Amino acid sequence: MKVTITINGQDESHDVEPRQLLVHFIRDTVGLTGTNIGCDTSSCGACTILLDGESVKSCTVLAVQADGASLTTIEGLAAADGTLHPVQRAFHENHGLQCGYCTPGMVMAAVSLIQEQPGLTERGVREGLEGNLCRCTGYHNIVKAVLAAAAEVGA
Amino acid sequence: MSILGTRVLRVEDPKFLTVGGTYTADLPLDGVVYVTYVRSPVAHARITSLDTSAAADAPGVIGVYTGADVDLAPLVGVMGMAPPAMARPLLARDVVRFVGEPIAAIVAEDRAQGEDAAEQVVVEYDLLDPVIDAPAAAAGGALLFPDHGSNVAISIAAMGGSTEPDPNLFDGCEVLVRQAIVNRRVAPCPLEVRSAAARWEADGRLTFWVSTQTPHGARNKVAEVFGLAPELVHVITPDVGGGFGAKVGGYPEELLVVWLARQTGRPVSWTETRSESMVGLGHGRAQHQVAELGGTRDGRIEAYRLVITQEAGAYPDMGSFLPFLTRSMLPGVYDIARQECIWTSVVTNTTPVVAYRGAGRPEAAAAIERMVDVFADEIGVDPTEVRRRNLIGNDRFPFTTPVGSTYDIGDYTTALDKALEAAGYAELRAEQSRRRAGGDRVAMGIGVSVYVEVTGAAGPTEFGAVEIRPDGSAVVRTGTSPHGQGHATAWAMIVSEQTGIPLDRITVVHGDTDLVPRGQGTMGSTSLQHGGVAVLEASQSVVEQARELAANLLEASVEDIVLDTGAGRLHVAGTPTAGRTWAELAEAAQSRGGLAAESDMTSQGNTYPFGAHVVVVDVDTETGKVVVQRVVAVDDAGRILNPLLVEGQIHGGLAQGIAQAVLEEVRYDPDGNPLTANLADYTFVSAAELPSFETVAMETPTPLNALGAKGIGESGSIGSTPAVQNAVVDALSHLGVRHIDMPTTPERVWAAIREARP
Repeated sequence: MKVTITINGQDESHDVEPRQLLVHFIRDTVGLTGTNIGCDTSSCGACTILLDGESVKSCTVLAVQADGASLTTIEGLAAADGTLHPVQRAFHENHGLQCGYCTPGMVMAAVSLIQEQPGLTERGVREGLEGNLCRCTGYHNIVKAVLAAAAEVGA
Repeated sequence: MSILGTRVLRVEDPKFLTVGGTYTADLPLDGVVYVTYVRSPVAHARITSLDTSAAADAPGVIGVYTGADVDLAPLVGVMGMAPPAMARPLLARDVVRFVGEPIAAIVAEDRAQGEDAAEQVVVEYDLLDPVIDAPAAAAGGALLFPDHGSNVAISIAAMGGSTEPDPNLFDGCEVLVRQAIVNRRVAPCPLEVRSAAARWEADGRLTFWVSTQTPHGARNKVAEVFGLAPELVHVITPDVGGGFGAKVGGYPEELLVVWLARQTGRPVSWTETRSESMVGLGHGRAQHQVAELGGTRDGRIEAYRLVITQEAGAYPDMGSFLPFLTRSMLPGVYDIARQECIWTSVVTNTTPVVAYRGAGRPEAAAAIERMVDVFADEIGVDPTEVRRRNLIGNDRFPFTTPVGSTYDIGDYTTALDKALEAAGYAELRAEQSRRRAGGDRVAMGIGVSVYVEVTGAAGPTEFGAVEIRPDGSAVVRTGTSPHGQGHATAWAMIVSEQTGIPLDRITVVHGDTDLVPRGQGTMGSTSLQHGGVAVLEASQSVVEQARELAANLLEASVEDIVLDTGAGRLHVAGTPTAGRTWAELAEAAQSRGGLAAESDMTSQGNTYPFGAHVVVVDVDTETGKVVVQRVVAVDDAGRILNPLLVEGQIHGGLAQGIAQAVLEEVRYDPDGNPLTANLADYTFVSAAELPSFETVAMETPTPLNALGAKGIGESGSIGSTPAVQNAVVDALSHLGVRHIDMPTTPERVWAAIREARP
């Protein structure tokens, strides 16, 4: 089936198998490998992206379901001039990443969470990111980073 | 001002935050084909027929291979110390011994085609009795390897020790407590699963990309298995998405990628699924312990015995060696006159056990710290007081324990004091009394641990090299293999400190065996104290060379040349105008082979970081649910190079340790079917189940290396686990609960409360 999906502002038209997951479309068909795969049960959130502005685990969506949609992946989050999004900057400044594997999904989930929940609390961040797993950081600095970015975005 | 000890942000971060890392599965390889493994769905069986014909004819399939096709020798585990009869074939032959054991390999044009074809492989099995329970395996019964004659893979007898307990060990003890403890099997779960790719080059060399902690170890293993000279094997570890000990060594699935590339003549790539990883990547811990501790009525510990039955899994790997490490940390931080550790590792029809964050040491700390609490409960003395009465004093270091470990330096009392003060221990006990008196349904528990661990055991040496380029930048090559630890930042800080070259002009190269000649990789909390020291030594050699060169060029004596690290310039003392920049010196050195130095540092011995943790939990006495409310951690790993990186390591370790104490557990049914073989069923800890951590810095530099650094990678997972477990038991002590095995799940806690109540 032919689909046209806008990724990071770029139209991508490809023939895909009906069973192809959106994450495989992003990684294998389009070749954007920043979005990672960490499980096969939609548990880990490593593949989280923004679909029409909202975070979604891209392993839970078929490519054909995203036909006509607009996606943002980690590669498209910073401004065109390279200025980092406040969440990207906060992860750096608060050491919110180690091996980096969960990071793209974690960052995209955080971007969406901050948009959806003004006045985020620590508990709100922890519960809001429950579906994004990290094995390295113990979440401490991720939570700190998201709260810092939320304060900046909300200010 | 020195850059060391400051919170330098990571130079690694920008890539991960803007385009993502480049992991092995991300590599664009021309003409690549993909491997899918067919795995055993049963724990123990004889393969009576294996029909691959339909799979071979499936669309996109290039080849299907079984154990009968593989002409490589089976792998003898535990660095060759395991019984040869227990060697692991790369693909199962005749018998399968755990759910998930690979029995056939399919190479296909794309991944989906490989998975489709795998479903068409028809295997018939004749089921054999499964051996799942380790104590039962030790007792005999069904054997995994009848040729070997028992299920024992290795025991302390192989190390010259006795397997017979000393009948007089507890003579004279007024009090003797005894507790059976299961330190359960857990899954390491790096976020990136295993992944490897191989390509045989036209010149006969092999390029092997693999997600590992040990690139040179992988090179040597491949060279050994395929009968190649090591220099013909080029191993590259691109970004690695976590390892935690489980990515040390070479797995059969990875080695087969090399073999399949040779069979097919194509570049071959393999990335497992998470469900495969949960049964294929090695597991951790899995120790069955019986602990006995004896002492005086007023709290002096006199004797301690730990008897360990270690689950090795179906084929002995690093896991069967873990009790050796447990034994090395047997008494923890306590001065105990008589002690004994007897251990046996047995094979069971389960996933092989390997190293996992702490690897044998968390098991030691969990046992002794639990037993001190059981002892304290028995004699009715506060557990912190019992600890205080038995801690090894500051004047005793270096201290050699009865099991032969020599602790370099320690200040355990201060660590305990700091932790208790930061936690507000007295106030916590008062609050607990108030809540108990008020009949609170949610019971408050306070748990304490004081721990010591051995680090630096990855190898006796490490490689480091520093080269100054003619443009004044520096290139560092290291034998360590970071996968999140931040060596690119840390090593650059060391070089910058020595040379004055700014961080953004220093590049750290690792994980490529053509660019770095040798290395131990990253494991065992070793990298800074070995790899960092090698980089320090190489930096110092380069500075020395530069001073000689500058002296030559400036016609001064070497003694008169000083390095201005602020300006990154060497000049004649007292005459700053008479000098040369790093770029000028490197340029001048071009004709004589450049400005560069290497070091193969020599370890002066293992180091023993230590600390104390205090944990506060709430336990719902009606549902058994445990909520970890506070975690206070004092971790002393010697001199701190970068507090940001150190705290990150502590946080990660704490989370894994807490997860083991309250949540995570690999479970099998009696037939050996895994019940936790994906991330929906395995209770991988999330942000929602953890509090923020209260870390307290403490620095007692080791005298054993020039950086004064000990390891910090595993401490968090060693101290936190017993503190959490002790807190849960403490919460319920007034109900008569004396012990609950980890993880303290609602079911286990609820059952313990029921059992304790009359």
